[in-house]
Amino acid sequence: MEENVKEEMREVKTHVETEEDKIKRIKEYEEHARTRRLVLPGEEVGTGRAGSGTYIDRGKIVSKVVGLADSKNGVHFVIPLNGVYNPKKGDGVIGVITDINISRWTVDISSPYPASLSLSEAVEEYVDLTKNDLTKYFNYGDIIFAKISSVTKSKKIDLSMRDKRCRKLYGGRIVKITPSKVPRVIGKNGSMVELIKKKTGCQIVIGQNGLIWVRGDKKELAIEAILKIEEYAHAVGLTNKIEELLSTETKEKIESFENKTENVKFAGE
Amino acid sequence: MNELKLIVDGKRLDGRRPEDMRPIVARAGILKKAGGSGYFSFGSTSAIAGVYGPNPVYPRFKEEQEKAILRVIYSMAPFSTTTRVRPGISRRGTEISLVIKKAFESVLFLEEFPKTMIEIYVEILEANASTRCAAINAVSLALADAGIPMRDLIASCSVGKIDGQIAIDIAGKEDENGEVDIPVAYYPRKDFVTLLQMDGIMSKEDFKKAVAMAIDGCKKIHAEQKNALRSKYTEMDLNDVTAGL
Repeated sequence: MEENVKEEMREVKTHVETEEDKIKRIKEYEEHARTRRLVLPGEEVGTGRAGSGTYIDRGKIVSKVVGLADSKNGVHFVIPLNGVYNPKKGDGVIGVITDINISRWTVDISSPYPASLSLSEAVEEYVDLTKNDLTKYFNYGDIIFAKISSVTKSKKIDLSMRDKRCRKLYGGRIVKITPSKVPRVIGKNGSMVELIKKKTGCQIVIGQNGLIWVRGDKKELAIEAILKIEEYAHAVGLTNKIEELLSTETKEKIESFENKTENVKFAGE
Repeated sequence: MNELKLIVDGKRLDGRRPEDMRPIVARAGILKKAGGSGYFSFGSTSAIAGVYGPNPVYPRFKEEQEKAILRVIYSMAPFSTTTRVRPGISRRGTEISLVIKKAFESVLFLEEFPKTMIEIYVEILEANASTRCAAINAVSLALADAGIPMRDLIASCSVGKIDGQIAIDIAGKEDENGEVDIPVAYYPRKDFVTLLQMDGIMSKEDFKKAVAMAIDGCKKIHAEQKNALRSKYTEMDLNDVTAGL
C-alpha cells in the first residue's frame, strides 16, 4: 500500500513520458498481471514466505480470501477482490467529519473504526479555544483528505493534515470502491488515473480507503470509468478498454452537441 | 396408519438412489447492496444469505476487545412452507442461528477485526428439509464473497436413515417419516466437522457409515461452492465495458 502512495505522488512526472514508453510500460504491466491467478479461501498458493491475505497451514501457504495470487521476492501474497478498509499508518485517506469535540474532530474514513483528528495536527496557527469555535475550520459533513499518523493495537486511529497533499475538499462528488482495488484505479505510476484526468478534465483525489473525490464538468463520465475499473479490476487489458470507453464517450458527446447546434440552426431558418 | 414405503426397489420417493443428492445450485454475489452474498439450493430447499461488516458493535456492551463478534440471524420466509411461517424470532430460528455461528467461528480470522461485528442474515426462501445445511452453504459463499478472511469454505449436507437404509440429503416425506436425521458441516482443509446434530436412534456402525457418507457429500458441495465463486469473476467479459457504445 505504501508503494501506491508513492505511485500516486509520482504521477505528475508521467506527462513527460513518450507514447512509445507508455505502450511498453502498459504491456509489461499486463504481462505481469496475466501471471496472477484467481484463488479462493483454503486454496494453496505455494511454499516460501507468507504475505498479506495468506496464512500457513502445515508448511503450505494458503489463501484466506477470494483474490489474485502473486509473489514478489519469494513472498506469496493475495490481493483481495472485496473487503473493508483496514487502516495503515501513512495511508492518505478521504474522510467525512462526523463529530466535533473540545479540541478534536471525529472523522468517518469508511472503515470499521472512526478516526480522530486533533486540532494541533490540523491547524498551524494558535487557536484560543475559549474564543473560537472549531466549526470555523471543519464543520459537520465537511470532506477532508488526511494522512493516518498512527494506528494503535486497539485500533485507535489518529489523522494528521501535516502533508502538502492534505486539505479540505470543496464541492465535487465522492465515489466508493473496494479499497483493495485502489491500486488498479491509480494504475502503474498513476497511468490509469492520469488517463481519466486527461480525457475528462476532472480533478480526482484518491484515498487509500476506497473513497474517490471527483470534481469537474464531466464527473459523471469519470465516475462511470472508475466504477467500471472496480468491476473489472481482475481483468487483463483493462487500460485499453477504459481508454476506448472514455474516447468514444467524449467524442460522441461532442458530436451530439454539434448535431444539436446544427439542428437549432436548421429550425431557425 | 399404514406404513409409507420410502425406498422401493432401491429408489427413493423422488427417484434418487440412497447415495444421490438433489440437484445443487450455488451462486455468489447476487445481492448488489450487501457486502457479500450467496445463494444455495438443494432441489426445492433454497437459502439466500447476505453479509455486512465488519462494523462497529451495537449494543456496545457486546463488544470484544480482541476479536470480532458474529451475529447470525436465520429466518424462514412466510411463504417457504405449506403452512404460513410466522415472521420474526422463533425458538427454532434462534437455535439454528446459534449452530450456524458455531459452525463458522473456527474458520474465520475474527482476531483481525477487534471491536467489530460481522452480521450475517440468512433467509430460507423455500423449505423442503435440510434448511440449516442450505443456510450454512449460502453463508459460506456470502462470507467469501464479502472478503472476510477465512481458513476454508464450510460445506454442509444431511444424512439420515430411512426404511433401515442410510441415505444422503434427506428431503420432504423422508424428513417426516424417516428414522434418523443428521446435519453435518465440514471443514475440508483440516478434515474437521464443525456441526453435527442428530435426532433419532441408530447403531454405532450405522452412525459411522452415515457421517462418512455426509462428508463425501460435503466434498461435492465444496467443489460446487468453489465453482460458484470462481464463475462470478471468470464469466465476466471485458468487452462489456465498451458494449453500450
